[in-house]
Amino acid sequence: MTVWHVILIASSAVLAIKLIGYVIPPSLLERPTPARVANLLTVALLAALTATQTLESAGHIVLDARVPAIVLAAVLYALRVPFIVVVIAAAACAALVRLLGWL
Amino acid sequence: MSAAAPAPQAAPDATGAAVRAALGVGIAVSAYGVSFGALAVASGLDVWQTCVLSLFMFSGGSQFALIGVLATGGVAAGPAAIASATLLGIRNGLYSMRMSPIVGGPWWRRLLAGHWTIDESMAVGTAQPTLRGQRIGFWVTGGVIYVGWNLMTLVGALLGDLVGDVRMFGLDAAAAAAFLGLLWPRLTARQPVAVAVAAAVIAAMLVPWLPPGLPVLVAAVVAIAVGVTNVLGGRGA
Repeated sequence: MTVWHVILIASSAVLAIKLIGYVIPPSLLERPTPARVANLLTVALLAALTATQTLESAGHIVLDARVPAIVLAAVLYALRVPFIVVVIAAAACAALVRLLGWL
Repeated sequence: MSAAAPAPQAAPDATGAAVRAALGVGIAVSAYGVSFGALAVASGLDVWQTCVLSLFMFSGGSQFALIGVLATGGVAAGPAAIASATLLGIRNGLYSMRMSPIVGGPWWRRLLAGHWTIDESMAVGTAQPTLRGQRIGFWVTGGVIYVGWNLMTLVGALLGDLVGDVRMFGLDAAAAAAFLGLLWPRLTARQPVAVAVAAAVIAAMLVPWLPPGLPVLVAAVVAIAVGVTNVLGGRGA
């Protein structure tokens, strides 16, 4: 499996899910359980990705400059700062902490 | 890609309101295509691969998930990367079912609508009071973001190519902040907050024991367990 295979298989799957929604009858939506599972699935995956992206390093849990950066990001999101500004601020925070040699 | 539509103004002209909402959301979301492009290149993709993802997959959460897993596990984590991106794309299928009666028309129009069905186009579309406004909101938001997201992805990928050391510029922290930003607008009730905390803790605890990418997939089981039993759910979804 190459990176191209990964990209093309995953892209086809994501696109197929979007298209399937236009051909199957919308009655599934009227049942609350599938809709709730799909919404919570998104929440769980994004939360798990946030955690691993913040803490994982070569198969281990490591507390480094990413931790203060994600705390700053959470505070800025709570203050309703726009996405792109928060992402840049988090990167700058981590870069600064590393430059100063704190973590 | 989860910016909420701005509150609809009390404009007499529903079409104008739909276009304004679509442009506001569309331009804001397109801007962070830059961060996707830069992070994708930093995770080991080349500029072509990065652009194909935005052109073909066109779903921010899935795209970030794919490159996030590839960045930690490489091609060996390919199946986990595909699974993460696909599972995150399931919500788009629900949006499609919601948009289908609004879009209507011949098959080729539904095909294009399917490709452009994402968080924002659905949100702006369904927020409009009239059918005409809903159609305009959906198509303008989808179109603006499709063009803007792809242009900004290319810009970000070219910039990312110039950046050498990912860690020195804090791009690894930027990726974490991007995931948190996609998650944040969904933490509106007790149930999603509980699922998010549980999934994050489980994924972090499993990191030393499982290959890259798998902790995220195992954590997703929390969502199925809570979603089916509806604990902490109150009434309905």
